[in-house]
Amino acid sequence: MTGIKQPPARLAEILRTCEQLAFDLEFTHAKAWRKAADDRLLVGYLPIYVPREVIHAANGLPVGIMGVGDHKRIIKGDAYYQSYICHLPRGIIEMALDSNLEDFDGFLFPAICDCVRNLSGMFKLAQKGKFTRYFDYPQNFKEHIGGTFFRELIETVESDMFKLNGVKVTPERLNHSIGLYNRNRSMIEAIYDIRQEFPWRLSAVDTYYILRAGLVMPVEEHNAILEEVLELIGLDHGEAMDNIRVVVTGSFCEQPPIGMLKSMEMAGCYIVDDDLMLGSRWTQGDVDDTTDDPLGAIVTAFLEKSPSSSAVYDVGNPKGARLVDLVRHRHADGVIFCAASFCDPALLDRPELQKACDAAGIVHINFQFHENTGQFKVIKEQAGTFSDSIKLWV
Amino acid sequence: MAEVNEAVKERSMVIQKEMLAELFTELSTAKEKGRKVVYTFVPGNLTELILALDMLPVYPEINALQSGMRKKSASYIKDAEKMGFSEDVCTYVKCDIGMMLNGNIGPTGEKLPDPDLLLLSYTGCFTFMKWFENLEKLYPGVEIAMLHTPYQEDGRITEDQITYMVKQLEEEVIPKLEKVAGKKLDRARLAKMLENSSKAEDLWVKVLHSAKTVPSPIDSYFAGVYYMGPLFTAFRGTERALEYYQELHDEIMERQAKGLLPITPEGEMKEERFRLLVEGPPNWTNFREFWKIFYDMGAVIVASTYTKVGGVYDQGFRHDPDNPIESLARYCMGCYTNLSLPQRVDLLEHYIKEYKVDGFLINSIKSCNSFSAGQLLMMREIEKRCGIPVGFIESDLVDPRYFSYANIKNRLESYFQMLAQRKSILAQQPTTEKA
Repeated sequence: MTGIKQPPARLAEILRTCEQLAFDLEFTHAKAWRKAADDRLLVGYLPIYVPREVIHAANGLPVGIMGVGDHKRIIKGDAYYQSYICHLPRGIIEMALDSNLEDFDGFLFPAICDCVRNLSGMFKLAQKGKFTRYFDYPQNFKEHIGGTFFRELIETVESDMFKLNGVKVTPERLNHSIGLYNRNRSMIEAIYDIRQEFPWRLSAVDTYYILRAGLVMPVEEHNAILEEVLELIGLDHGEAMDNIRVVVTGSFCEQPPIGMLKSMEMAGCYIVDDDLMLGSRWTQGDVDDTTDDPLGAIVTAFLEKSPSSSAVYDVGNPKGARLVDLVRHRHADGVIFCAASFCDPALLDRPELQKACDAAGIVHINFQFHENTGQFKVIKEQAGTFSDSIKLWV
Repeated sequence: MAEVNEAVKERSMVIQKEMLAELFTELSTAKEKGRKVVYTFVPGNLTELILALDMLPVYPEINALQSGMRKKSASYIKDAEKMGFSEDVCTYVKCDIGMMLNGNIGPTGEKLPDPDLLLLSYTGCFTFMKWFENLEKLYPGVEIAMLHTPYQEDGRITEDQITYMVKQLEEEVIPKLEKVAGKKLDRARLAKMLENSSKAEDLWVKVLHSAKTVPSPIDSYFAGVYYMGPLFTAFRGTERALEYYQELHDEIMERQAKGLLPITPEGEMKEERFRLLVEGPPNWTNFREFWKIFYDMGAVIVASTYTKVGGVYDQGFRHDPDNPIESLARYCMGCYTNLSLPQRVDLLEHYIKEYKVDGFLINSIKSCNSFSAGQLLMMREIEKRCGIPVGFIESDLVDPRYFSYANIKNRLESYFQMLAQRKSILAQQPTTEKA
């Protein structure tokens, strides 16, 4: 016996389930939920954010479509995209052309970049889903201008869903859904807070499995999992390693392969915060679930409580300062910039974010990836060197 | 490499050159004369608003493409990459930032003034937003106005979108412009400018439509980018632009009446062998060599989508002096890259029929996801709907590392051979079968 307390067996069991769900590209669990009642709807959405509360209140299951990673071979998708376009959309079109996205009723494509925007048009041309919307959320943050526009946008989605299942989104239903997602986000943040102090109790990869699994199941089920995870990681287990603590940023859309995250961790980096599942953590704090106008509360939350993101116009709320604040808040030693190749939003943000880190005395390193990158030796060596240099010199 | 001689210029090109020289001189003396300068983008620009407030516009994409044509973009891009910008990202952005790092010298060799206002009226390109976020950091403290132009995701402009745009214009953009200009907007003056715009747009459409005749008197892509210049940039709404388009129109109508073919840098084309539709922007670093490949083979581009990035006027839109702000809103939302993919495919199909097109060619641009993402599906759709040969080449806007002359020439020559073969097969078929 080493004297190290082993992680609870139940945690390992949950993680196995979450890992399986997170990378089930047939979306078996979500499709089974859909089939259980005629008025249920599956609404797929791409990174980063859609107001999942509204879909839930309309008796829909919002299903995050985060790409195929290294879990599906791209055969047809490459014929739809030039080599200089990121990897995410080619995997998604591959799924659309195969059977993976059958039984989905609708698709939402958030306004995060031109690739995702045009992918919405490709779905329309290919006639995928009963409705397809480019979710063009406002870049004007005044309630009566951008807010009104955003409200109308959400109402359009409500109407799309109503036409399919006849379920009216009442204030009561929406307040109930908002409450469930408030609980979901607060538990996710609680997990990050525990990991901030005890990152060895739940690795970044395991955290990722738990959050990503939440994209393919009803929020009620995910909340039950989070509750259990919180309880289990509240128990003392494992042992602290001589690792540095880093924030990973730039992977809000196309997701890095799990091997890459593992390589960083194995190289001596505790990832104490990241933007990998940013959509699940979008609203900073709760949305009011006690009003007569819950849709208004969702709109206000978007305008006032959105996080730092490459997809949101940052004038008046600079991303650099927000990243520095996050590093300070998490007591991180450095930042790993980790963006998908050819991701204009993330890569165009990087120089200014790096400058902000430099000005604040925060060290950083930079990687680029494709979701199906298969070689991690260099990444592990560089992350290891980064970790060693911080331990030795900073 | 092909040899390129001194270019032959049409009369209207000379006028345009003078207009540009005057503009850059005005810009170079703007600060000493107290003129305010607004940096903004070409698609969905608000030039009439800027000019009606006596300010001067600067278009960063135009700076970048000019740098590309003057063979300066390679070093500018490298300087931006040294600053941390990835090799993967838009080269217009890197070229513009590199130019700024090197003193912001414009195409006439005079320094461009720093902006007094960044007017981000971004239409059809998400990267524009990132570009201006970067410029904002590079010009700390500069005033900023943001106009979020919704995308025509549903294949139409909705009332909600118009209301959103008008509110932004009336409550945010115009007040910010007025603040920087130090004066109130003269609405009558704006209306007069929009009336000028509308008249110039009528003339521009007639120029575009001239390419429907066989043979076409114009090249709607390579020459088209010159023709569109004044209307798409700093001159729309001015008397000078109207004068230019009247001249251009008369010149083209004269050519059409005489059955003349397009003017190229090496003189008038003698034969129209192929009529092409091109999707995507041109390459700027090797613009004349690129053009030469086409005119040497007798290929005339009779319609192009790039000449619609500053407005799809040939589909009926006009700036409206009687409804100025809504008309500006509709203009912003109506530009080509703000159209949904299904709308873009429909427009391409329309051009193929209207302009008696022999072949459809995509110049896929590495830097421009707004254009490029989805083009391969568009190509399949066009092939399916129209049954004409489609071609596909790749290059970049202003990064010469991505222009491979030999590869492009080889590919185009094969494509032209295919077109020639098809034409000869069609010529042998009875008329009823062809129809």
